[in-house]
Amino acid sequence: MNHTIVALVEDIPGVLNRVASLFRRRSFNIESLAVGHTETPGVSRMTIVVDSDETSILRLISYLYKLVNVIQVEDLTGRACVTRDLAMIKVKADVENRAQVMQIVDVFRARIVDIANNSFIIEITGDEAKIEGFIEVLRPVGIIEMVRTGSVVLERGGNPLYSSESTVDTGEFAAATAG
Amino acid sequence: MKLTGAQIVWESLIREGVEVVFGYPGGANLPIYDALPDFNIHHVLVRHEQGAAHMADGYARASGKVGVAFATSGPGATNLVTGIATAMMDSIPVVFVTAQVNSKLIGLDAFQETDVTGITLPITKHNYLVTDVKDIGHTLREAFYIARTGRPGPVLVDITKDAQQNTAEWDPDSEPIKLRGYRPNDKPANSEIQKAVDMIHSAKKPLILAGHGILQSGAIKEVLEFAERTQTPVAQTLLGLSGFPASHPLNLGMMGMHGEAWVNHAIQDADLLLAFGMRFDDRVTGDIRRYATHARKIHIEIDPAEINKVIKVDLAILGDLKETLDQILEKTKPCKHTEWLDAINEMKGTSSVRDIQNLPDTGHLYAAHVINDLWNITKGNAVLVTDVGQNQMWSAQYYKQDNPLQFITSGGLGTMGFGLPAGIGAKFACPEKEVWVICGDGGFQMTQAELSTAAQEGIKVNVAILNNGYLGMVRQWQEFFYDKRYSATPMKSPDFVKIADAHGLTGMRVTTRADVETAIQTARKTEGTVVIDFRVEKEDSVYPMVPTGAELKEMIRRPLTVTAAMPVQSEVEA
Repeated sequence: MNHTIVALVEDIPGVLNRVASLFRRRSFNIESLAVGHTETPGVSRMTIVVDSDETSILRLISYLYKLVNVIQVEDLTGRACVTRDLAMIKVKADVENRAQVMQIVDVFRARIVDIANNSFIIEITGDEAKIEGFIEVLRPVGIIEMVRTGSVVLERGGNPLYSSESTVDTGEFAAATAG
Repeated sequence: MKLTGAQIVWESLIREGVEVVFGYPGGANLPIYDALPDFNIHHVLVRHEQGAAHMADGYARASGKVGVAFATSGPGATNLVTGIATAMMDSIPVVFVTAQVNSKLIGLDAFQETDVTGITLPITKHNYLVTDVKDIGHTLREAFYIARTGRPGPVLVDITKDAQQNTAEWDPDSEPIKLRGYRPNDKPANSEIQKAVDMIHSAKKPLILAGHGILQSGAIKEVLEFAERTQTPVAQTLLGLSGFPASHPLNLGMMGMHGEAWVNHAIQDADLLLAFGMRFDDRVTGDIRRYATHARKIHIEIDPAEINKVIKVDLAILGDLKETLDQILEKTKPCKHTEWLDAINEMKGTSSVRDIQNLPDTGHLYAAHVINDLWNITKGNAVLVTDVGQNQMWSAQYYKQDNPLQFITSGGLGTMGFGLPAGIGAKFACPEKEVWVICGDGGFQMTQAELSTAAQEGIKVNVAILNNGYLGMVRQWQEFFYDKRYSATPMKSPDFVKIADAHGLTGMRVTTRADVETAIQTARKTEGTVVIDFRVEKEDSVYPMVPTGAELKEMIRRPLTVTAAMPVQSEVEA
């Protein structure tokens, strides 16, 4: 099953490589990966979707903690979260189907961000299922090109995942994994 | 204080207490070597960078301190790779300082440029590329800190040539170590200590699995006290040897693939396994689905990633072993396990009869004889450094080591060629001790160039080559599992006595058991490094053996009689 892992890492060169290399050498397959800055200077946030079972995910998290540049790791799967993926889709839009495409865009609350003679670029945000659904509907229309960001996730409620004062209790983690 | 990057490198090392380093100069680290004569650090010039890596590793294992190795960019650094991976697998603290081409040339395929941090990423605990002289000082501090704390391991620092040449103001105490993501000091939780104590008190057939963590945590005294107070027998991993005195009545010996039969039987019959700083390697467990199925398991471990990695445990205590045992000991009452200890004793069965030491003397020279005699003569006090293969297993079985940090071997990676350079490193760590390197004819030839290093340094290590004319362990597998098709295992070697001679060292050859003692005694008295070529039984095997994937009790045992068909090598070749 898909798990959404959030890793807060030091924002220095090579960290993405360290994380990606770990997934490769420990035989984990990345479904999607999104990296960007956070509210804290010097800290980047990686949102990694990985298809794996529960036990392996616990192992993966402890492997991630072995990386010196990894500050905190959370498995947000099953928690109350807002998940967003952004896709830009270039579709065929000529005189015949233009109205139809615009209708679909409207229903999905997507946006047309570029219009050319025979094509649109459509921007859509949402969780993965919504975007998958949108793509399925657009496919018969004729998708020319597509790009997706991969999921980003924030937990609902007022608390941050990380504050510089908090230290992570890995002891607690070990107890949780000891079954 | 205004210093060049090269000066900062040496000054940092001195501040870390480094007295000896192993290395090889080249184009990119010329500035570092140019600065070396101004500092009070002994540099050992190796013959191949792999040798430097193993020496620094052997030094670290024998001293408990951080080892240091130097290499230049490109091929210098890539030659370190096997040694870095060896240190990584066995959690040995070594700092590797490699040089990189000028920072402006990085990425342009410059002469002797290699992406060393990229290459060593999966085989180091952490690594750094330093392109600015201002970063050298604090990076080295972090490197030493990371290498020796938590679960130790190798750290590599790659420094560009311009960073070595440039100068900077350097105040070594100005910056504290800031590593946001690195938390090596996990403390055991109180509730878990109590659970462990309850499990210990209720166990009828407990067993300690003594791992390398005992030595690394310095928990030797605590483990001894715990074993004695709770009357719990101790089984050792290969790297755990010397963490608990071999001669102690509660010590059973080595577990696993080449562990003694009764040790593996005891593990399979136990009702409580106490895993102290070990990681359930596949060479230790056999088939994991059938591993110690009757036992509850407590795992005391510093590295969270090891918990439930291979064997699911009932209780995991994350933390330093010494600290954890101190807390457990506070609450542990004395126990008695007479029945259990008697039962284990009975498991010994025919084992001692099968022991090669007790088979009738046929005049054949067996490797086990050599190691057993060496153990007797040195009274078990030598630092024993092994290579990899049969020589390593026989050393583990027959050199009963009582002294901590005196059994040195490449366990996890199983690196042939480790023995000689690691032995040289160990000698630098404890010059007052007697160091013996045990290797096969194959492994010795992988790094025999380092004899030249030993000769140049004028240090004394004694090298016992158990020469059977085969890559013995592979041959053994071919005998057992591949219908005796000896594909690419017979090996013709040079005259090792002449090799020693060519280095200005002493060489000897021994072909009969009667000459073993004299040769060992002569070697001990001779000044400088000595090489003894022991021509041992060609087709002897290490027994018992648990085949890969088998349950621990499924062992191939040594036949009860020596077959007459076995050729005596001295007759064949000597």
